Amino acid sequence: MVETPRPKTSLLRTFRRPSVIPGFGISFGYTLTCLGLIVLLPLAGLVAKASGLGLSGIWEVATDPRVASALRISFGVSALAALVASAFGFLVAWVLTRYRFPGRKLVDAAVDLPFALPTAVAGIALASLYAPDGLLGAPLARLGIQVAYTPVGIFIAMVFIGLPFAVRTVQPLIAEIDKEIEEASATLGATRLVTLTKVVLPPLIPAVLTGFALAFARGVGEYGSIIFIAGNLPYVSEIAPLLIVIKLSEFDYGGAAAIATIMLGISFLTLLAINLIQAWSRRRFGYV
Amino acid sequence: MSEIFSPIAVPAAKPAQVASEGAATRAILIGIAVAFLALFLVLPLFAVFTQAFSKGIGAFLDAFREPDAWSAIRLTLTVAVIAVPFNVVFGLAASWAIAKFEFPGKSLLITLIDLPFSVSPVVSGMIYVLLFGSQGLFGSWLIDHGIQILFALPGIVLATVFVTFPFVARELIPLMQEQGTAEEEAALTLGASGLHAFRTVTLPNIRWGLLYSVLLCNARAMGEFGAVSVVSGHIRGLTNTIPLHVEILYNEYNFVAAFAVASLLAVLALITLVLKSVLEWRFAGELAHGRAH
Repeated sequence: MVETPRPKTSLLRTFRRPSVIPGFGISFGYTLTCLGLIVLLPLAGLVAKASGLGLSGIWEVATDPRVASALRISFGVSALAALVASAFGFLVAWVLTRYRFPGRKLVDAAVDLPFALPTAVAGIALASLYAPDGLLGAPLARLGIQVAYTPVGIFIAMVFIGLPFAVRTVQPLIAEIDKEIEEASATLGATRLVTLTKVVLPPLIPAVLTGFALAFARGVGEYGSIIFIAGNLPYVSEIAPLLIVIKLSEFDYGGAAAIATIMLGISFLTLLAINLIQAWSRRRFGYV
Repeated sequence: MSEIFSPIAVPAAKPAQVASEGAATRAILIGIAVAFLALFLVLPLFAVFTQAFSKGIGAFLDAFREPDAWSAIRLTLTVAVIAVPFNVVFGLAASWAIAKFEFPGKSLLITLIDLPFSVSPVVSGMIYVLLFGSQGLFGSWLIDHGIQILFALPGIVLATVFVTFPFVARELIPLMQEQGTAEEEAALTLGASGLHAFRTVTLPNIRWGLLYSVLLCNARAMGEFGAVSVVSGHIRGLTNTIPLHVEILYNEYNFVAAFAVASLLAVLALITLVLKSVLEWRFAGELAHGRAH
């Protein structure tokens, strides 16, 4: 797999800036080879499959009632979950950076739990907790709220996996806030609430939006932690990634590729939005 | 005379108090945050262990008397032993090329390396089905030559490598960029060979970052579910990794066994979190900044 350094070193030299450090050819070549074979070529295969269907073919799949319903559930519930994750994520980030309390480091470490816990494990744990006879499901059922096997269950799982993104994007920026600005604001007579909403919050908005977008994108694509609690009823609690798995098991590669392309397209737009937010933030505040 | 508008009235409070919330507000906010995390994050973890031991330790151990459980554990370890070192070599090569040299198109290259993180796990598995499946691009060629990639170890390894692809590189690239090239240049000027400079200068500088990324990469490699589920074919005792074995047990209503096997992965997650936190506390200066995954 190792690509031999090209004999035309003159071309390589004009490509990169001269340096005494060796190993550019081999490390760059190896990087491109791996990236090409493992990531780009397979993704290109997906694009090829989807473009074989044409726009009309993809549209036909997208407007199939079951697919449309799954896409609506995936994107709709994920947006809602990302919203809640962003709000609580901000609170958690604020509390962890600004306040000192016993067990703070432990709580800080626990935030990364959804990154470390395999999604299938989180999935069956959530399903058993929120099942009608579960630890949380039973009291909720008495209140008339059914979580498992409904979109509410999907929502819970998406909040679980989205939370670390919301916390970790805002946390470093809260830590960087210059306390003197807040003191100046207070000395000039602003109440704490006014200082928070007019001085502290505005520069943090881009980071909150980035966290929202990351949590949203993760929720849309998530599979393992959702399918156990969702119950997967078509038109009610069936998510788009599960529909891809179903189509693949039916050997409907075209249909699966179409759904995947739609999901990738919307995720790409989300990433684009993040980059635009960050570019705007850099112009406005001088940092991301 | 109103004292509220006089700035002289303010110094009575210490600046630290002026720029913060009152004690009661603090306590309430801390309470909400901790309660939220306990309910949403810690309780599910707790549930894994209570369910695993709900029928006693005997029932728990029974889950590991199954040969299928052991073949799943073996397969997961095999996959990790291949995928993690592969990503370490790739991450070292990529970060060396990107951090130590200047060339056009660098940020595009970094974006492409990050790409697998923004692809749904299911799609990550599916792209290999499109290539190597019986109806896929190379499907008939593979069948003619008797090569099995899908529903076998190679497919599972490929899908795992794909989903863990950015882990090492994205930790090492910013770390190496921060450290610059001055130390390597000094070593080279003093007569060290390139490989020698890499081993004795670069590697010690990045060791904690490397360990950090290996931890996260390994946790994901052993725990990956969506991508592996698509390419594995769920053949019992042959192509089931630990997460897939958990799924099968759960769907068969064999809850105690499912949670018992899942508790292995939960312990792995806890060990990962502890080691990760220790690295962050002790070697914060030797890890890359901007720790948003």
